[in-house]
Amino acid sequence: MNLTLHVWRQSGPKAPGKLEQYEAKNVSPDQSFLEMLDEVNEHLIKEGKDPIAFDHDCREGICGMCSQVINGVPHGGQERTTVCQLHMRRFNDGDTIYIEPWRALAFPIQKDLIVDRNALEKIMQAGGYTSCHTGGVADGNAILVPKQDADYAMDAAECIGCGACVAACPNGSAMLYTSAKVAQLAALPQGQAEAAERVCAMTEAMQEAGFGNCSNHYECMAACPKGINVKFIAKLNREYQKALFK
Amino acid sequence: MRILSSSVGRKILMSITGQLLIIFILIHLIGNSTIFFGPNGINAYAEHLHSLPPLVWAFRLFMLAAIAVHIAYGVTLTLENKAANPGAYAVKRNLKASFASENMIWTGLLVLCFIGYHLLQFTIHGTPDVVVGLDSANRPDVFRMVVTSFGNALISLAYMFAMLMLFLHLSHGIPSFLQTMGWNNEKTIPAFGTGGKVISAILMLAYISIPAVILAGLLKL
Amino acid sequence: MILDGKCPKGPIQTSWDRHRFDLKLVNPANKRKYKVLVVGTGLAGGAAAASLGELGYNVEAFCYQDSARRAHSIAAQGGINAAKNYPNDGDSIYRLFYDTIKGGDFRAREADVWRLAQVSNNIIDQCVAQGVPFARDYAGYLDNRSFGGAQVSRTFYARGQTGQQLLLGAYSALSRQVKAGSVKLFARTEMLDLVVVDGEAKGITVRDLITGEIRTHVGDAVVLATGGYVNVFYLSTNAMGCSVTANWRAHKKGAFFANPCYTQIHPTCIPQSGDHQSKLTLMSESLRNDGRCWAPKKKGDNRHPNDIPEEERDYYLERKYPSFGNLAPRDIASRAAKEQCDDGRGVGPGGRGVNLDFSAAIKRVGEHTIRERYGNLFEMYEKITDENAYKQPMRMYPAPHYSMGGLWVDYNCESNVPGLFVLGEANFSVHGANRLGASALMQGLADGYFVIPYTIANYLAKTKPGLVSADHPECKKSVEDVKAYNNRLLNINGKKTVSEFHRELGKIMWENVGMARSEESLKDAIKRIPVLREEFWQNVKVTGKGEELNQQLENAGRVADFLEFGELMAKDALHRNESCGGHFRVEHQMPDGEAKRDDENYCYVGAWEFKGVDKEPELHKEPLTFENVHLAVRSYK
Ligand SMILES: Cc1cc2nc3c(=O)[nH]c(=O)nc-3n(C[C@H](O)[C@H](O)[C@H](O)COP(=O)(O)OP(=O)(O)OC[C@H]3O[C@@H](n4cnc5c(N)ncnc54)[C@H](O)[C@@H]3O)c2cc1C
Ligand code: HEM
Ligand code: SF4
Ligand code: FES
Repeated sequence: MNLTLHVWRQSGPKAPGKLEQYEAKNVSPDQSFLEMLDEVNEHLIKEGKDPIAFDHDCREGICGMCSQVINGVPHGGQERTTVCQLHMRRFNDGDTIYIEPWRALAFPIQKDLIVDRNALEKIMQAGGYTSCHTGGVADGNAILVPKQDADYAMDAAECIGCGACVAACPNGSAMLYTSAKVAQLAALPQGQAEAAERVCAMTEAMQEAGFGNCSNHYECMAACPKGINVKFIAKLNREYQKALFK
Repeated sequence: MRILSSSVGRKILMSITGQLLIIFILIHLIGNSTIFFGPNGINAYAEHLHSLPPLVWAFRLFMLAAIAVHIAYGVTLTLENKAANPGAYAVKRNLKASFASENMIWTGLLVLCFIGYHLLQFTIHGTPDVVVGLDSANRPDVFRMVVTSFGNALISLAYMFAMLMLFLHLSHGIPSFLQTMGWNNEKTIPAFGTGGKVISAILMLAYISIPAVILAGLLKL
Repeated sequence: MILDGKCPKGPIQTSWDRHRFDLKLVNPANKRKYKVLVVGTGLAGGAAAASLGELGYNVEAFCYQDSARRAHSIAAQGGINAAKNYPNDGDSIYRLFYDTIKGGDFRAREADVWRLAQVSNNIIDQCVAQGVPFARDYAGYLDNRSFGGAQVSRTFYARGQTGQQLLLGAYSALSRQVKAGSVKLFARTEMLDLVVVDGEAKGITVRDLITGEIRTHVGDAVVLATGGYVNVFYLSTNAMGCSVTANWRAHKKGAFFANPCYTQIHPTCIPQSGDHQSKLTLMSESLRNDGRCWAPKKKGDNRHPNDIPEEERDYYLERKYPSFGNLAPRDIASRAAKEQCDDGRGVGPGGRGVNLDFSAAIKRVGEHTIRERYGNLFEMYEKITDENAYKQPMRMYPAPHYSMGGLWVDYNCESNVPGLFVLGEANFSVHGANRLGASALMQGLADGYFVIPYTIANYLAKTKPGLVSADHPECKKSVEDVKAYNNRLLNINGKKTVSEFHRELGKIMWENVGMARSEESLKDAIKRIPVLREEFWQNVKVTGKGEELNQQLENAGRVADFLEFGELMAKDALHRNESCGGHFRVEHQMPDGEAKRDDENYCYVGAWEFKGVDKEPELHKEPLTFENVHLAVRSYK
């Protein structure tokens, strides 16, 4: 099939950017979206033009590197799917596709479709951990964790830190991302000791890093490639209230 | 205080003040519906209400404070949110966010305008349409005032429009405050979404029923 | 030269404890004076940087991705081994040790493997304390599953995302140290050279991938934890950015490269769908707990797999290896799959595939249970192939997956260049000629949490902190060299793209140095790789500039290294005139097609010294001795 692409091109963080049009010819339905872009790039390189810069690494939906807004939806809108897992069979011959970077105040564009997601790191550094030391911890079975708690924690822990939730959010908020970590650790006995401090520190860090507030649009959940549920935001809110009384 | 500086904390204040406002709306609706019992209903209710001035004023100030907090944080949160999202997508398709959720500030401000107007009209009696008088039992004749004003189609329509705004505000506001309070889980999230819409619709229809009934001529002087 | 692994002598059971006592310590107050550069933030590097930071060292950590959490450890699905023996099914440190040595086809060092088995239990405890949500049973106890090459259930897992969860655990520990100020993170920073001063590793030269700046970081020791090199095959289960670059540049500065020919081809990967393919996706080995491998008995049987009746299916693993069945080790399962396809009984496009069938398991335990166990894998499979594996078998084909070879290190994880430590997949140490499933995660974390914190002190205690500063002539020279190298790449301005060269190299490697190697194929590779390399340096086209974000340049550097490394790999494979584990020389097989080792002549680690591009590398040997296990023919029948 043949496609028309409109891709955001921006040579550097301060440079102005604009959408450029490219043709993708003879695209196979079995190709992944990124492989389609690879081929466009191969042509650009041969023409001596700067290929489209985009983030990617694992290409199997787990590293969280790939980050493109496709036709207005982060990761392209297929349920529980990252860009790198999106396949061309989801598109039709003759389609026009708009490809843009994540856009949020906290994610400055570095080049073309690549953004700086360091702000997410800051949130994690503020408290996304248990302060255990290497060595000298209890046996793994010393504290039992009911299956439903472990499963709940795992549901939250599936977050790949891609930032699609921020890109999708009308407020550029990182609540879903933050809540996933808060909820994971709050659900486990190991995370209890620091629960109050964690939720406060992480939400404050979120704000400092330039993310917006949550207005409960739930747009994040719809875009999240891992199906992280907004119930974790509710959990974060509960944890926060508990913390107020500590 | 941590709660005031944190984005979650401020949202909780929004939520609590929003809930207070909803409670007020409910009480107000019950009070207003005494109009269906004719002059004796609503005039007696109004008289009863005003017989305890300190309580009335305490209540008024409390609601004023609640709405002030709600507005102050509503505006600041909205400004912060707009700043955090440069909104520069050439194409953006929302999957979940609704007209109501995206326009909370506008529906809120329109409701605010309406509240101003509403107070000016029926509390301060400052608009030309208002007829002030006493009924046969020497009570302020609220019934006549309301029925006369709502007899004016324009005033009724404005009122209905305001209630539509309130509906929009609450159709997102109700599920939203439940989420903000953390009273939510995987199963309740969709249920509250629909529930919120239904309740706000009922509220809207209930409020609108008053001018509608008057306009239709079913409630006359 | 005969290399010395510096393994402790005496009874193996107490070797690590005795060794730890013999190691020198750095006084707590002095620790912060020492700067350690940790390259790589995967399980090995992340755990090391966090633990060293916590001990008080001044740590700088580097990765090429935009976050430490994205190292390719994140992709590991199946699980991590430990000798906890929670299921009470006969496991022990000794058994894990034995299984690993045997799984590696007796080509690993006993002492290292023992230590690995010993600390495996601490890893699980550590991860639980970090909040890793391991699978639990209804009573709240940790759950286990089985993996290939073992008859006990010792694999701990977190759904199908064990690597992700373990890495996020290490990443959280790392984040904590960043907050504490003991670790400084440099993401999107690629190491392009090792700085060696007076024979010791004292720094690295890096390129900032955003600005293109090339600069040197100096430290008192350098830790490489930069992962594996199977992207030399172009198509592999590794991430696009995985490369041999850090290892190779260190190798060019004197570090020996051990056993490069030991690469693992994973039996269950989604087959290639066309020439556009950029990478292959693994389907966890855990699937073989419930999936049965089969190929049609008839050649060229094009019927839909569901239409092929039971008696016309060949469950070849169960047939050939009745005691391990579908859980035969990877090298064996891969070769068996290839055999079926070479025999014309493969399925899917080009006949390069075998079936992995869950229908029996679904019948036995129900679709719900299968979904609970492997839901995300089935989902992943469907996204790529558009096929529903609950309704029809998965199609699988082997793909390059893991590198057992790596930089040579001694028992302390220190390379032959003093001050250069190598951890995780980047070193060669514990897996011999074949790695068992769920053992790489174990090794990465063992190295990072429980080995390097002790052994690095032994080196640091002997050095003065801050010996070298960034304006040392060696640093300046290194920066100049890297700049010149990159400029050379940028100025060729030829006609072919970097990926075209990578694909061509991959094809040579896969066909000649892949699952089945012969003297002829290896010699052919050794002839063709330098020609391709030559062409690369004449005709590659790298657009853009060096002083900007330039993904073409990044990739060009990595492929240039693969073009040199591939040749060494082929040479090592040619020199190792035996079959063992993942290294299968067609000349050396048993009558039934199993790998035939030659312990008499090849029971050693082959470590290569770099002598210059286009020059013959020099082989150094470290003899392997087995005192605690009996050197035997590996059998899984
Ligand atoms: C798909 C897949 C599934 C797997 N499943 C399992 C499993 O179930 N069980 C199991 O035990 N093992 C499994 N493995 C193997 C295991 O995941 C890896 O061997 C292990 O995680 C490697 O960890 P590492 O820390 O050594 O390297 P990696 O995690 O690869 O980390 C490498 C780090 O080095 C950095 N780096 C590399 N080069 C440079 C450079 N030049 N400059 C700067 N930084 C650099 C990277 O940024 C990264 O941070 C699997 C592997 C794959 C690919
Ligand atoms: C009777 C009047 C009002 C009622 C009953 C009401 C109720 C609510 C409720 C319940 C919420 C949800 C709170 C949450 O998400 O936790 C809300 C949100 C909001 N309200 Fe109101 N409100 C009223 C008036 C106003 C006014 C006058 C404004 C004007 C500024 C306003 C602006 C907002 C905004 C901007 C939000 C969204 C905040 C956010 O989610 O970021 N509201 N309101
Ligand atoms: S919550 Fe979802 S969208 Fe947000 S970072 Fe995590 S995986 Fe990505
Ligand atoms: S490239 Fe790793 S998630 Fe898409």
